[in-house]
Amino acid sequence: MSFLLACPFCGPRPVDEYACFGEITKRPSDSPTLRELTEYVYFRDNVAGVQREWWQHRAGCGEWFLADRDTRTNEVLEVMLPDSRKSS
Amino acid sequence: MRLERRDGERIDRSRAVSFTFAGWKITGFEGDTIASAAFAAGKRVFSRSFKYHRPRGLLCCSGHCPNCQMTVDGVPNVRVCTEPVREGAVVEGQNVRWSLDFDFMSLTDKVGGPFTPVGFYYRTFIRPRAAWPLYEKFLRSAAGLGALDPHAGHTRRYDTEHRRARVLVVGGGAAGRAAALDAAKAGPGVVLVDEDARNRDLELPGVEVLAPARALGIWEGGLVPVDADTVLYRFRAERIVVATGATEQPLVFPGNDLVGVMLPEGVRRLLRDYSIRPGERAIVVGSDDETLAIADELVDVGVEIAKVVDLRDVRPRELAAQGRKGRVRRLVLDGESYGCDLLVASGGWQPAYSLLAQAGARVEFDDSLGVFVPTELPDGVEAVGSVTGEGLSRIASEPAYQGKGKCFVCVCEDVTTKDMKRAIGEGFDSIELAKRYTTATMGPCQGKLCHLSSIRVYAEETRMFESAIGTTTARPPWAPVELGLLAGRDLTPTRRGSIHWRHEEAGATIQWAGPWMRPYAYGEHPEDEVRAVHESLGVIDVSTLGKLLVEGPEAVQLLERLYPNRFGDMKPGRIRYGVLTSDGGRIMDDGTIARLAEDLFYVTTTSTGADAVTAWFEWWNAVWGYDAEIVNVTGALAAVNLAGPRAREALGRLVEDPDDVSAEDFKYLDAHELEVAGVPTLALRIGFVGELGYELHFASPAGEHLWDALVAEGAVPFGLEPQRVLRLEKGHVIVGQDTDSESNLYSAGMSWLPKLDKDDFVGKFALEHFAQREEKELLVGFTMEEDVVPAEGAQIVVEGMPVGRVTSARRSDAVGRVIGLAWVPTDRSEPGTRVEIQVDRLRRGARITQGPFFDPAGERMRS
Repeated sequence: MSFLLACPFCGPRPVDEYACFGEITKRPSDSPTLRELTEYVYFRDNVAGVQREWWQHRAGCGEWFLADRDTRTNEVLEVMLPDSRKSS
Repeated sequence: MRLERRDGERIDRSRAVSFTFAGWKITGFEGDTIASAAFAAGKRVFSRSFKYHRPRGLLCCSGHCPNCQMTVDGVPNVRVCTEPVREGAVVEGQNVRWSLDFDFMSLTDKVGGPFTPVGFYYRTFIRPRAAWPLYEKFLRSAAGLGALDPHAGHTRRYDTEHRRARVLVVGGGAAGRAAALDAAKAGPGVVLVDEDARNRDLELPGVEVLAPARALGIWEGGLVPVDADTVLYRFRAERIVVATGATEQPLVFPGNDLVGVMLPEGVRRLLRDYSIRPGERAIVVGSDDETLAIADELVDVGVEIAKVVDLRDVRPRELAAQGRKGRVRRLVLDGESYGCDLLVASGGWQPAYSLLAQAGARVEFDDSLGVFVPTELPDGVEAVGSVTGEGLSRIASEPAYQGKGKCFVCVCEDVTTKDMKRAIGEGFDSIELAKRYTTATMGPCQGKLCHLSSIRVYAEETRMFESAIGTTTARPPWAPVELGLLAGRDLTPTRRGSIHWRHEEAGATIQWAGPWMRPYAYGEHPEDEVRAVHESLGVIDVSTLGKLLVEGPEAVQLLERLYPNRFGDMKPGRIRYGVLTSDGGRIMDDGTIARLAEDLFYVTTTSTGADAVTAWFEWWNAVWGYDAEIVNVTGALAAVNLAGPRAREALGRLVEDPDDVSAEDFKYLDAHELEVAGVPTLALRIGFVGELGYELHFASPAGEHLWDALVAEGAVPFGLEPQRVLRLEKGHVIVGQDTDSESNLYSAGMSWLPKLDKDDFVGKFALEHFAQREEKELLVGFTMEEDVVPAEGAQIVVEGMPVGRVTSARRSDAVGRVIGLAWVPTDRSEPGTRVEIQVDRLRRGARITQGPFFDPAGERMRS
């Protein structure tokens, strides 16, 4: 991996400055079954294509954000702040 | 044979430079390369070939071929044809038994030929299997390049630098310079890199020139790493212009590797740059005007031209070089013999398209030129000059000429036309497979001089068109690179707390603890430090603990959702132990949480967990969006733990009012702000080591001052090892040592901790499931029956079967036994159960215990 990624605050920076936390997951609501829980904790879609991922500008401003990345080409189509941060 | 002074020469005849070359003292001039100085002094053999140990001399003089690789001042595989002379340098031959001029291993060339065909080692050295290490040792010493000195250590320092450019031009030839100047008209940010040291002083207005520097490849996202000796530039450019030109190809004919067979460019450099007459009697063979023109240049400096062969006019059936002692003596052309000591032969020019292919360009065979050219360039990448095929002459030579002797396709790996044919005969019917089997193009030149030849020979043998065969994949790096340069400088900082030098002064044994340097113990006897804590007073530097401030109107909601514990009911000034779990219910980290005010919490983490916990907190808060801020203050604050029966009394003397630390006003698990020895301090009454204790957190710069004040009060410094004994006596778990990525709160014996009636928290769903099932194994304590200490990781054995493992074990004077923690199957976890533990080679008895080994009611730490 050696592409550039645009932090919503700092702009395009080498990917080495970031930590990737993997594709977004849907946390189950109240008391999932063991199967649902296992799906959520251990299984990922691992798509060959565009997926939405969590990234943190760890060696930079420290912000967590979301990125739509094509896993085949490492092309980043869009970066965005999570919903929780948009209002503030 | 140095000539009279000539116009354009690059040597400074007024400045002599001396060095030793294979034991000989050689004097050249400033501006010489090691190879040119040695050649001028009459040296002709520079290396021995990879497999047959044939003598090899200068071929390309351009830093491409393997022929002049030598060890210079201990650095192996240096191409001395581009390495400037250095006063006092020691240059030695490599892959040689005895000397460059007489190599014992060259017997493989004379007698080994029929026995060492392509791939012979795959087939020959199979049985017996037991001899594999022996074969390996022999083959490694018999074949190969320079040897590294494994004990050499770091001799050079390498750095990595990230660079941006608007336009990056690779290659400083005419086309590259023109492109750079053109780009510079539009503004700044133009960089040109060129591998040729002769361009060191090149100046182009508005262009930054890096030379000698070599673009190693074009990686994903347009990353271009540039090797500038001890600096690796990682370039990113809006536009990359590739002007890498074309590489002159050797002609393939028997004897084409003899010393004295050279490429025209090599001859031209010796002549023009270093004013050396490269031979006495020369023959020129080629198929383009530029090559043939060299004959006139040679005549000008007094070289006799024995023959000029224009391969466009003649199509010889036989063309072979013959020599004596590895040096060329004559050219045999259709039965006629011509004497010479220099044979200038060119097979034409092949575009150096590797970088373009790496960037995603397609490579096609151009039938009109007879070479491979790049097409369909990706966005942001351009090609200019001869790398596109522009200006090149059609290749008129045969793929290979017939005659007597070994005919080399690949000089790096000693692959002959016979080897290629044999590989095809054995069924390696794709060029990629034939490449791997013969290893042609896989040597140090990375195919620069043999890629085209090997495909042409392959095409001729299989009667296929080059266009149908295609080409092998071009991979980075484009040229050999020192591993040290890729590794760069180690930029992981060593962390030391602000009190660190006091520990050094006290003679502590310092050890690594994650990224930190910490005292193991202060003397030879850690047990003395343990006793001091139990009997009077000790102090340990715990500045390495992770420390976070969590503040905001919703700080308490955030922590309630991060931890399985409850915090909402905590009063300001109180402390709670907390364990972080993942959503899979596994233990991640532990520490203490002090509520300093309604909306302000002070969280400590393990020493190695600070960064991960900070990121974890921030991530969940990005998900949930609570109105709370997280600040990592690990480095800003120092911390010490003052522990022992005398702790209250000692601390009382350092604060304004001793009543501030009285048993009534400062209870166990209280957090108070105190001024200790004049330092504003957050004091936490906690008991990791099991005695009355205060953990003092304060600004780092006051570290030594406070430490000195505590030591002056009689506190005995204790290190990590005594602390491990003390906490083990209490049965306190160290996350990451006693737990692993599978451990959960129930299996680790902390079922009291999670509050499952709480609203959602991270790990709740998993813990709900764990609460209803029986764990397969549990973390328990044990005492040894005998006075032996099992190793961490020692097996627990029941009925001869390994069923569990020891995670911690120490000898405790306070308990009077060897104690420890271990994972055992649930049905063996009853207190009193006897198990056996493997200690060295013997099984020793142990009894399972429950709870702390020392002061089980915790009266001492609560006192």
